[in-house]
Amino acid sequence: MSVPVKRTQWDEDLSQFRKDHGLSKKVLLNCCLVRRIISWASPKQKDSVEDELELSAARHRPEALEQLEAQTRFSRKELQILYRGFKNECPSGVVNEDTFKEIYSQFFPQGDASTYAHFLFDAFDTDHNGSVSFEDFVMGLSILLRGTVQEKLNWAFNLYDINKDGYITKEEMLDIIKSIYDMMGKCTYPTLKEETPRQHVEIFFQKMDKNRDGVVTIDEFIDCCQNDENIMKSMQLFENVI
Amino acid sequence: MAAGVAAWLPFARAAAIGWMPVANLPMPIAPTNKNKHQDELIILNVSGRRFQTWRNTLDRYPDTLLGSSEKEFFFNEETREYFFDRDPDVFRSILNFYRTGKLHYPRYECISAYDEELAFFGIIPEIISDCCYEEYKDRKRENAERLMDDLEDNKDSKLPNMTFRETMWRAFENPHTSTMALVFYYVTGFFIAISVITNVVETVPCGYMPNQRDIPCGERYTEAFFCMDTACVMIFTVEYLMRLFAAPSRYRFMRSVMSIIDVVAILPYYIGLVMTNNEDVSGAFVTLRVFRVFRIFKFSRHSQGLRILGYTLKSCASELGFLLFSLTMAIIIFATVMFYAEKGSSSSKFTSIPASFWYTIVTMTTLGYGDMVPKTIAGKIFGSICSLSGVLVIALPVPVIVSNFSRIYHQNQRADKRRAQKVQKARLSRMRISKSGSSSAFLHSKRNGLNQSLELTGSLEEDQQLKKTTSLLESQHHHLLHCLEKTTNHEFVDERLYEQGYMQTALQNFPSQSPSLSSEEGITGTCCSRRTKKSMQPLSATHTHSHTHNLQELSALHIQCGERQALNTSRSSLNLMSDESGSLNCKSSGLVTTAIITIPTPPSNNSRASPDAPPPPNPDAPPLPNPGNDVVKISAL
Repeated sequence: MSVPVKRTQWDEDLSQFRKDHGLSKKVLLNCCLVRRIISWASPKQKDSVEDELELSAARHRPEALEQLEAQTRFSRKELQILYRGFKNECPSGVVNEDTFKEIYSQFFPQGDASTYAHFLFDAFDTDHNGSVSFEDFVMGLSILLRGTVQEKLNWAFNLYDINKDGYITKEEMLDIIKSIYDMMGKCTYPTLKEETPRQHVEIFFQKMDKNRDGVVTIDEFIDCCQNDENIMKSMQLFENVI
Repeated sequence: MAAGVAAWLPFARAAAIGWMPVANLPMPIAPTNKNKHQDELIILNVSGRRFQTWRNTLDRYPDTLLGSSEKEFFFNEETREYFFDRDPDVFRSILNFYRTGKLHYPRYECISAYDEELAFFGIIPEIISDCCYEEYKDRKRENAERLMDDLEDNKDSKLPNMTFRETMWRAFENPHTSTMALVFYYVTGFFIAISVITNVVETVPCGYMPNQRDIPCGERYTEAFFCMDTACVMIFTVEYLMRLFAAPSRYRFMRSVMSIIDVVAILPYYIGLVMTNNEDVSGAFVTLRVFRVFRIFKFSRHSQGLRILGYTLKSCASELGFLLFSLTMAIIIFATVMFYAEKGSSSSKFTSIPASFWYTIVTMTTLGYGDMVPKTIAGKIFGSICSLSGVLVIALPVPVIVSNFSRIYHQNQRADKRRAQKVQKARLSRMRISKSGSSSAFLHSKRNGLNQSLELTGSLEEDQQLKKTTSLLESQHHHLLHCLEKTTNHEFVDERLYEQGYMQTALQNFPSQSPSLSSEEGITGTCCSRRTKKSMQPLSATHTHSHTHNLQELSALHIQCGERQALNTSRSSLNLMSDESGSLNCKSSGLVTTAIITIPTPPSNNSRASPDAPPPPNPDAPPLPNPGNDVVKISAL
């Protein structure tokens, strides 16, 4: 019996051997103890081959152009451009979280964008199936770039509400703000300190949490943002991105 | 920025809406793209072969020929296409670089032709992707060495101003540089051969003496052989001394293998001279004469193949060690077995286990002298197993040694390890450069005040000034980073400035206000220290390493990384900050006005520390305990 490569294979071999020879489990363990130690000590190989197979098998094809045109506020040409960029980076048609993080991190070389990318991924992956298809991508972009202010604020609220329960708690906000600060990295001026995100959260809650119950609901959020001139102005900032 | 990722910039910018409700400051104005006709196909005619691509694709790399306005020089008005009179095969790889972001080196292509094409199109070879980079570097090195060899052959003429010592050393190392060296080379070779033959013939029996005993020639013609030996040793001594004199580093020469062989070859003679003909030391004397055979190793200076053989054995040390080890194991096992198997038989030659070693070795190497043979049946069985396994054990490491030898012989002793190390170092620094490229571009443009000009107005001149120096893609990316700065109320700084800021404050020796950061001394260099526990993706955290010494190989700018210590942020040192910033060369004086303009509205922003701007009244601002949150504009005030 050759030395098995993967641990699962070892288990199968073991049960096979047991069946063939009718040896008791203890005897087997004793005699194969050395081999077991060796296979434990050796680095476990990730089942990345299977992962890749799964992903490549999931060659997702998006809905027809007309349907997407109807569902989003992009023109045909814009959808074409978007799809070309999307397909170039993700030939399989879906983005999984790691690729997403990698892509997003390229824009922020000085810091760590992976946490914020994780939250973004959750916000884009509306059906929570672990991957963002082109439809999810385009729907999200349609809201962000062509939506009404109400829709954009809704989207932002959805982003902040990590567990999607309808309330933004201080912990959730702290996570979000920490992830934003992470993108800055270490080499900032002035230097980032531990309490900076927390203070930022405090400011946010003082602004948004009108009834001081420790959570921000969607209505409080939208009300407060609509009364804030800065936020309103900045929401219109990216109108002409595509 | 990688090609494919450029396509995702709109997405990244759209996602920035997620920061807006959190931000407390107004955002800078986005750069507008005047030309809406981006989605244009352009035709590139390269020596008759037409390539078509989107204009966007080429715009991804604005510092190359095709990405910049330089390609307009090649625009053909009649046919409305860009014509390049270059190799279309190589152009394929270059265009693929724009499409995929990866530059590949085709193996069938000549290295110098490829280099020329890359230089023409303004692409630096260091961005060749990992899959092809080693091949590229190998070929390049081969080419360079070949050129160097040619050069060296041409420059064998005597250089002026070489000292006598250097001339001698060169003569010794390259015998074909001068006639004298060649003569010397052949003479020493001849004498080595003579000496070896003498040693051999000395022991041949020649002639009879009256007491009817064969005596070797050495004893019959003692004086003749002694004279011959003396002559040879004299030549070798003179040669050794001359080499010692001419060697550039005498200590190193004395430690080298060849000189040790030289010494060992001539030493027995001198020891023999010194010692008298005592009976009790004559045994030792005889042993010493054995060392005279080492003279034959002196031939390795004359033969390249012998040197390679020696080098091979040295490099196959592990295989040889394994061979020895497995043989030893097998010998011990079989010797033990044979001893106990033959114990029973009478008059057995297997008197002890060490005695059985001889039998085992002879059997395993299939020699089979026959002086010791097993007599019992068990002994015979085990003996046959022994001989069968011997073939296997010996045959296993031998092909490895053989292949090693042929590899080294063909490569002519090139130092592989040295090359691999350089490639590895270059690769790491390349990754770092590509990472730092985009961040340094942002900081560079900040320093030039371009980002600040975005804040002032979106007026036309500013836009044009922008377009002159950065592409649209870059300006959009910088705008995104600027938005992030505004959201978090902190600024990106260069490593150097970060370090300088520390140096300036450390000189003044103020106590640090942030003990948490001061505990992070000597960080490995990841930019985000708080998240170091999480596994970092290598993309986002590489450029701050301090292994910058290899960057001379690459053309990009490098960022020095100093030690990390806490940056002082006490209020009293804010004046220091402006001093430190005076060391920057910042062109824009508009920074002062910027500070004033961006102050008014956000309720929670505290005073800017620029002395010219009055601290604005902030009645409803919650008191921030930490003054370090102030954004201090880096400007020459």
